[in-house]
Order: sequence, then C-alpha cells, then structure tokens
Amino acid sequence: MSAGTVPLRPPRHALDRRAITWWRCQWALVFAPTAFVLALLGLLIPPAAAWLLGPAAAVALAGVAWCAVLPRWWFGLHRWEVTDTAVYSRSGYVWQEWRVAPLSRVQTVDTLRGPLQQRFGLATVTVTTASARGAVKLRGLDARLAADVAEQLTERTEATPGDAT
Amino acid sequence: MSGWRRLDRRTLGSTAAGSAGVAVSAGVPVVAGAGTAALAWVLAGGALLIGGAVLADFVRWRHTRFRCTAERLEIEFAFVAHRRKSLPRERIRSVDLTAHPLHRAFGIAVLSIGTGQHETPGQGRITLSPLARADAGALRTELLHREPAEPAAGGPLATLDPRWIRYAPVSFAAPALGLGAFGALLNVSEWFGARNGVLNWLLRLFGELPLALGILLLLVLAVAAGAVGAAGLFAEMWWNHRLDREPGGTLRVRRGLLTTRSITIEERRLRGVELVEPLGIRLSGAARVDAVATGVRQRDDDEKADYKTLLPPAPRRVALDVAAQVLREPVLDRVRLRPHPRAARGRRLRWALLAVLALVLVLAVLGALLADVLLALAGLVALPVAVVLALDAYRGLGHGLGGRYLVTRSGSVRRSTVALARDGVIGWTVKQSVFQRRRGLATFTATTAAGSGAYAIRDAAADEGLAFAEAAVPGLLAPFAGGSVPAEASRT
Repeated sequence: MSAGTVPLRPPRHALDRRAITWWRCQWALVFAPTAFVLALLGLLIPPAAAWLLGPAAAVALAGVAWCAVLPRWWFGLHRWEVTDTAVYSRSGYVWQEWRVAPLSRVQTVDTLRGPLQQRFGLATVTVTTASARGAVKLRGLDARLAADVAEQLTERTEATPGDAT
Repeated sequence: MSGWRRLDRRTLGSTAAGSAGVAVSAGVPVVAGAGTAALAWVLAGGALLIGGAVLADFVRWRHTRFRCTAERLEIEFAFVAHRRKSLPRERIRSVDLTAHPLHRAFGIAVLSIGTGQHETPGQGRITLSPLARADAGALRTELLHREPAEPAAGGPLATLDPRWIRYAPVSFAAPALGLGAFGALLNVSEWFGARNGVLNWLLRLFGELPLALGILLLLVLAVAAGAVGAAGLFAEMWWNHRLDREPGGTLRVRRGLLTTRSITIEERRLRGVELVEPLGIRLSGAARVDAVATGVRQRDDDEKADYKTLLPPAPRRVALDVAAQVLREPVLDRVRLRPHPRAARGRRLRWALLAVLALVLVLAVLGALLADVLLALAGLVALPVAVVLALDAYRGLGHGLGGRYLVTRSGSVRRSTVALARDGVIGWTVKQSVFQRRRGLATFTATTAAGSGAYAIRDAAADEGLAFAEAAVPGLLAPFAGGSVPAEASRT
C-alpha cells in the first residue's frame, strides 16, 4: 500500500474464484463478436482483406490479453465483508471505492443471478439503504453463500425497529 | 368529520374559465391570421372545448368523494371503474396547498397529501382538487396536528423583505429569460404575420448604428429584459413568503403572488439544511436556504416550484439566522471549517487548465481562420477566469463538526454548505482515484435518506478525512480502519 491511500483495511473475504472465469466470459462476449464480424467481412470481401483481417487479429489479440490478465487482477481488488453491524465492500483501482452501510439502516436485500452467473453458480447481492445513492453491491459471490448472506441480512434488518431513515 | 364529502363544486367554474382562456389564446392568432371567415369555426371549436372540459370535470366532481376517519384518509372515484385510494393517517408526512389565480378568484385551493415514502411524482400522493379555501386549511390542520393549532408562538422565522428582489437579476435565470423574451417577441409577431416586419424594423434600427454599438445595445436590451423577467419570476414565486414553525412539529412555507402555495415539512423528517450560494448571488452577499429532509417532493414535473427551499436568496446574515433557527443550533455560524490540503488546490488548477485547453482546441478546430484572435481571447479571458474560479473553489473547501451536525462546503459556481445531522448519516462511501492516491487525498461521501441522497467532502486528506468520518458517525467506520490485511477467515 502506498502512503497516500485511505487507511481502511481490506474487507475480509475475496469473491468466489469462479468470478474470474465469469468476467472472462463476459469480456469474451464483447471481443469475440467484433473480431468474428471483422474476420468474416475480411474473408467475404477479398480486396479489403488486409484492412479487415488485420484489425480482426488485433481485436482478438487484445481480447485474449485482456481476458488473461485483467480478471485475475480485478479478483484481488474486489473484496467484501458482513460484520454484526455493517456491510463493507471495496472495489476498483483507477477509482478505488470503499462502501459501508450499517445493518441498522438496511432497507432491502436483493439477490440477482444473470444467465452467465447462473452458468457459473454465482450471484450478486445488492444491499440498499434509504439513500438513493448508498447501495452496496457484492458481485460474484457463490450462489448458495449469497442466499445465506441475503437471509442473514434480512433477519437482522427485520430485527431493527423504525423505518431506517 | 367522518362522513363522505364531495370536492368543491366551484371547480366547474374554474375549469370553464380556464378552458375559455385556452380557447381565446388559441383562437385569436387563428382569426388574426385567417381573417373573419374562420370566426364561425373558431367559435364552434371554442364552445366544444369549453363544453367538453366542463363535462369531464363535472363527471369527475360528481363521482369523487372522500372521507377522513380517525385512522385513514380515503378518496373514491366510482364511474364505470371503481377506484379507491386509502392512506393511514399516521403515515401522512406533508400536506401542501396550492391555488393558482383562477382558483383564488373562485375561492378554492388544491390540497396535496404525501406520505414521504420513496416519493415519485404522482405516486403515493392523494390530491384533493379542489376544496373551498377555508375547508382546505381546516383539513390540513386536522391531518397534520390532530388538533386545531393555535398560531405559532414568537412569530414567523422569516418573512420576505421586498428589497431582496434585487438578488433576482444576478441569478442564472436572468440571461436565459432575456433570450426567451426575444424569442417570445418573434413568436407572437408571427401569430399576426408580422415577423418579417419586426425583423426589418430591428435591422433598420440597428443598421444606422455601428456594428459594435448595435451588438452592445442588443446585449443591454437582453440583459435588461432578463433582469425584469427574473424579478417578475422572483415576485411570483416568493411574494408574501413566510416561514413558520408550527406547534405540531412542522415547518410551513407560504408564498406566491399569483399562485399561492403552502408547503409543510415535518421537523421529524428534517436531517439538516443546505446554504446555497450561486456565484452571482454570493458576490452580492446573499444566500438561499434549502431543507435537507426525507420525503420532500424534489420537483414536480409540471411546476418549476422548489419544494425544499425554505428561504429565497436573502442577505447572508439573514440566511444564517434562519438556518440556525431551523436547526435550533447556530451550526453554520459556529463551526470552524477545516481547510483541505494544498494538493486539492493543485487538482483544481489542473482541471481549470484542462478545461481551457479543451476550449482552445475546440475553437482552433472550429475556426482555423479566426484561430489567432480566438486563441488570444481564450488566453486573455478564459484562462484568468478559470484560474480564479479554481482558487475560489479551493478556498471554499472545508469540513467540520458542530454539535449534532457535520458540515461540508464545496463549489465555486454553486457553493453549497451543508449541515447534515450526524444521526441521519446512513453509510459512507470513500472514493479515491489514482491521482488522488498519489497526493494523499480522497473524497468522503456521507449517504443519507434526505435531500439529494449523498453529500460529499471532496479532496480531504486521506487519513484526516477518515478520522473525521469516524468521529462524525462513531462506530461505523472504526471496525474497518487500519492498514493490516486480515487473514482469509471462514465466512460468518
């Protein structure tokens, strides 16, 4: 850690390892169609082949490098923790962000599983408070763990009186 | 008052008058344009419009009823379909009264009741449109206080001083209104087929003058029109403004020249105040006071009225006094704000330079011919302005603690000083970009259910800011402070 960073400790838990593969798939779905369309056009239009196949190869290479390196790095950046009193998450590098929401102020706990996430047995837990801008999102948790966390959070939230504003 | 009641029948008169107004303002340009041949058609159309509007309103009035029982407020509309809305009375958070000029002529007012829970326009509100003015006032008191309230002790917290109208022309609305006036002139002249005449007249008028003088004159005219328009708008919105604290624990704002409004904010919902100083208003030594409260209508779709403003632009001293009285503590006077590290100034200066650079690039691309002149202009005008704004923005940065409140200030073009109740903070977001990390800065944002949802302390020192956030809301960040990496433990 460099000297100028905010003296907050990293949250206790890493995401599920499968999140790395999940991110890779997500980005592969961004890069692959682009490279594929460029390559296809390059093969169908011989005069422009050099102009299209070159970029196709470049996109494909960039995609492979991106998917090989970045998700592993992101995995180290994203961390989360639920204590008896608060939900705590950390994410990002260029704009690093730490979010804390006290359990006494939590209003809803949502679990979301996208099609890709289902494929990898992952889930996203969104913890919202009464603030329009205070939600804490935990992306890429193991699905069963996410269900447990959501249930545990909901129980604690219900135990707190008042409307949490 | 527990039986079913009807809305006031004078709504029919007000609707008839309103649609007649629409018919006339739409008909006159048509008749003026197409001549008297169209008169019969226009009259028939107008009659149809008025008749239709009154009939629709009659059906609405005839089949709408409401009642106020000990527990609930219910409103029912039964015509073809049957619709009933019901609000538990203890969830009623705000009761607002509005009366536009026609309503006032007929002695009626619109009562709008909100629950303050995740309010989006049109949802979760009950609108009784309209009631007799006296009934509306009585129902408002009944719903909010559960007993007839005696006049507040100690007089109003603030009343409008007509001299404050001098702050209207320095607001950002003035130049826009000036342009709007010019556009409206052309538009109206087109109704009468005289647009070219007006343009020619303007050209002749200015053709005799040197170009520079002509432009200057036009500018002066636009500014003058804008100033008059802004003053008019200010008068319409804020005339008879009066801020009261009522015995039931509510703040009440009453205001309006033509359209009168009464807005109520429950003090239980108040999480602080915001002192807003847009540049022009700040330079003339004034400030506005907004409430930071949960469940306040942020803005209505159809109205430009701000529901959160407690005090229009007024001398800074008055604004501070009102803020102190609303909070019951002179927070904003007393708190000494801690300035932010000098690195924050460097950041602002760099942003200013980047903005000027971007402007110069755009100008250079747009007009390669004029580039020299424009570059000089940008260098001589934009650069000093940007640098002064950046330095001013840095001077404005600050944060501090005062009693129950945390205070943060930022901004230059729109300087905002927020006093936010510490127990109203429902989370912290700490954000640090790569550049901030290099200079040991970070932005600490307190999230809250009230107002805009989050208030930021921009570019504070990373360690001091964290200590401040922890001191402001004890126990929230403390478990996570410290640089050590904990071992990966089993998750519970």
